[in-house]
Amino acid sequence: METIFLTFSKYILILFMLIYTFQCFYVFRFPDENDRNGIYIRQGIVMSLVYMTAFAQLYVCMKDAEVLKFYVTTQLLFWSVILLYRLLYPEANKLLVNNMCMLIGTGFIILVRLNYQKAAKQFTVVFISAVMSVVIPFILKTFKRLRRFYWLMALAGVGALAAVLIFSTAINGSKLNIRIGGISFQASEFVKIIFVFATAGILTCSKSEKRNMQSAVIAGIHVLLLVASKDLGSAIIFYMVYIIMLFVATGRKRYFMVGMAGAVFSSVIGYRIFSHVRVRVEAWQDPLGNIETSGYQIAQSLFAIGTGGFFGMGLSQGAPNRIPVVEADFIFAAISEELGVLFGICLILICVSCFVMFMNIAMRFNDMFYKLVAVGLAVTYGFQVFLTVGGVTKFIPLTGVTLPLVSYGSNSIMVSLIMFSVIQGLYVSVRKSNQSDGD
Amino acid sequence: MIFKRSKNSELNKEDEKAGNKQIRETANKDILFITYVFVMLFAALISYVAYFAAVKSDSVINNAYNSKRAELLAKKVIRGEILSRDGEVLARTVNEDGTEIREYPYGTLFAHSVGFFTQGSMGVESIANFTLLKSDDPIGLRLGNDLNGIKNRGDNVTTTFDIELQKTADLALGNRKGAVLVLDVRSGEILAMVSKPDFDPGRIDEIWEAVNADTENSPLLNRTTQGLYPPGSTFKIVTALEFMKEYPEAIDDYEFDCNGSFENEDVKISCYHGQKHGHLDLRSSFARSCNSSFANITSGLDRERFNTTCNELLFDSKLPSPFSYKKSYVDLRPDTGIGEVVQAGIGQGKTMLTPIHMAMITSAIANNGILMKPMVIKTVKNAGGNIVRRYEPQEYGRLVSEDNAAVLRSLMREVVVNGTGSKLLGTQGYEAAGKTGSAEYSKNKSMSHAWFTGFAPYDDPKVAVTVIVEGAGTGGDVAAPVARSVFDAWYANAH
Repeated sequence: METIFLTFSKYILILFMLIYTFQCFYVFRFPDENDRNGIYIRQGIVMSLVYMTAFAQLYVCMKDAEVLKFYVTTQLLFWSVILLYRLLYPEANKLLVNNMCMLIGTGFIILVRLNYQKAAKQFTVVFISAVMSVVIPFILKTFKRLRRFYWLMALAGVGALAAVLIFSTAINGSKLNIRIGGISFQASEFVKIIFVFATAGILTCSKSEKRNMQSAVIAGIHVLLLVASKDLGSAIIFYMVYIIMLFVATGRKRYFMVGMAGAVFSSVIGYRIFSHVRVRVEAWQDPLGNIETSGYQIAQSLFAIGTGGFFGMGLSQGAPNRIPVVEADFIFAAISEELGVLFGICLILICVSCFVMFMNIAMRFNDMFYKLVAVGLAVTYGFQVFLTVGGVTKFIPLTGVTLPLVSYGSNSIMVSLIMFSVIQGLYVSVRKSNQSDGD
Repeated sequence: MIFKRSKNSELNKEDEKAGNKQIRETANKDILFITYVFVMLFAALISYVAYFAAVKSDSVINNAYNSKRAELLAKKVIRGEILSRDGEVLARTVNEDGTEIREYPYGTLFAHSVGFFTQGSMGVESIANFTLLKSDDPIGLRLGNDLNGIKNRGDNVTTTFDIELQKTADLALGNRKGAVLVLDVRSGEILAMVSKPDFDPGRIDEIWEAVNADTENSPLLNRTTQGLYPPGSTFKIVTALEFMKEYPEAIDDYEFDCNGSFENEDVKISCYHGQKHGHLDLRSSFARSCNSSFANITSGLDRERFNTTCNELLFDSKLPSPFSYKKSYVDLRPDTGIGEVVQAGIGQGKTMLTPIHMAMITSAIANNGILMKPMVIKTVKNAGGNIVRRYEPQEYGRLVSEDNAAVLRSLMREVVVNGTGSKLLGTQGYEAAGKTGSAEYSKNKSMSHAWFTGFAPYDDPKVAVTVIVEGAGTGGDVAAPVARSVFDAWYANAH
């Protein structure tokens, strides 16, 4: 009986996920947010079905009342978030709200399966961040002068990254965390957001070449500090975000081309100079040949994805815990192994729909500052998704970044939630002003 | 004044508004461009992930480090059968009183080649581990089984092994330690693979400790791919090739007078058992395997080019072998002493290779210089007998030029007609060619591994056979007859 249920529900789960993903793109057929309401409600229902099916499976496999408790609590949390947004910010983008819940939910599903303690800890952080994120749109609306403090923000970013480089101890060769009052902060995660605001501020305060130069210097210092901390994933993200923001601000394709050429050039230099870069490339080229050393993680990840196949082994039926740091950087491999590569592809597509919606929102702003902030956050998000999924599937070398909203990690999830809320806040303000303009 | 200024500023404001609008529009165009770039990146990523899951993963997941997941799959799937090239069962899973037992109907015959999987894994059981545990039965049937709690049936694997050739090689080798490898030179199919001493894979769990502890005989070692041996005179194939490459005009002009040994300042090389071969050309030097003459040839070779040729023949390189193997090596570095280089030229010294590597070189020469990748799995069928996948022969690449391959073939034929391979004279219906070797492996010069590597038919090569018998005597006396039995069986089979 149990086997019958598990087999059936495995396919049903994928079916629900496909429907959800389809709805993510179907909404783009309607240019006006007001016409999309029906889809959003249906999408919310499908999301709840995905979540319910997965937790039913988990309960059948684990037979632990805690799992049910966790399910009820988190499902209530998601419904509250959706409801609160509708009440407090009726102008908010509901695709992003739905996707935010769907991605966090997927993270919860796989974390409960991998390690219940970590799932519980993740829930606490999500709860706190969710409360925070509900007020962020309000803060943004109130403090409209935020843009004037770009120098302060740039300084804060550089200071935080420099502090990490000087004071923190290296874990696995990279310096990432700094401890304040017993809590460990991954500075680069938080600086990501400040950096986008600072860069947008500098690029829009006037139109001179001098400003472009100044922004380049600030960005360069950020990237160099990250390279010195051996936090390569973040360094690449900051670099890409800056190049694209500069390109959008100035409209000069030349900057974009030079930036891309610079990326290729610095990759080659990095490969020559740093042994840890060479190790990563070597592990990427031939993970199976280096399986006893550098290739172990990627090889285990590929085994997981490959053995799971399109339909997955079923929740609790695989061996994802054989992959090192599976809950954080390699969570995509665990999801693919147990829920199936089809589910994994749907997950990528949901992230893509978030990215496209971010960019879509960026295009609606008349104010260049907001435009740049939205583009910067969109690229931060989109590029990070690409780096992590590409890394664990051996599409590109591994850079060691998390999958936003899905991966385990208090800093990662908090910052991702803030990012989504900031975009919501900007979106709410532009819709409001457009409505009052009668635009 | 005041009026003028305000008008100006108003005009400026208008200009600015228009300018801003223009900037916004270009910015939106740029944002759209970036969006497209990212969407394309993601499209590539998704296509790659789908391709990996559909195609590439089969070969990746089949890894000893993934054994845990194989166990998980085995709970849901009955391990499929391994079949010979004509469909005879070499390994199957039977259910005895509710427990699954792996049966090997041919006992010890395919010990290393079909292998086992319960104590580590080896052979085709290892190579096709995940294929055997994957069910490609129709989806409806599988779903029905799932719902009824019945295990699905894994796919069956048809190998390239020929039972008759395997039996012949096994019998010819008898109780002696050694290995026989038979390749189809035009497809790379491994027709037979025998390594002795062997063991009973069906009883591997019971005998595991004993065979594992037996370091003197190493029965678990698959000598065809993992046994590293000094090549002895079979290496003269390589030396002769290098000589032809460096002195193409000298093939017909080379002359040497053998008085039983060759000496220069560093080294003294003697012919086997102190034989004096007298006046020789290249053909007779090769056919009669004159060490002195080949030491003389080697001393005139360019070391760097010699090393390059060895690398082209896959020494110190990865081999395209489906079975796990040891790398062959040869010591021809720039600082290697001339004495050691001359030793290498006649196949003594530090040079080591595996029988499968020797067979690859031989089959490339037989196949006009082109090596076909050795393969062992022909088709994968689902339990219902429908073909799921078919593996086509694949070219590895050219190891030897067409002309040089032809000359080497004629030299190898000369070995049989006028030299050390005379035990292969008078074969019925076909003509064989090859090279013998007697590789000394200890201080005791009377002890040697017997080598033979060759192909048949000489005028239209189809099959390559490589034989090694450990510590048994000369290649011509001991190994050549084993090869002859296999060639005879192959010919009888083919006609």
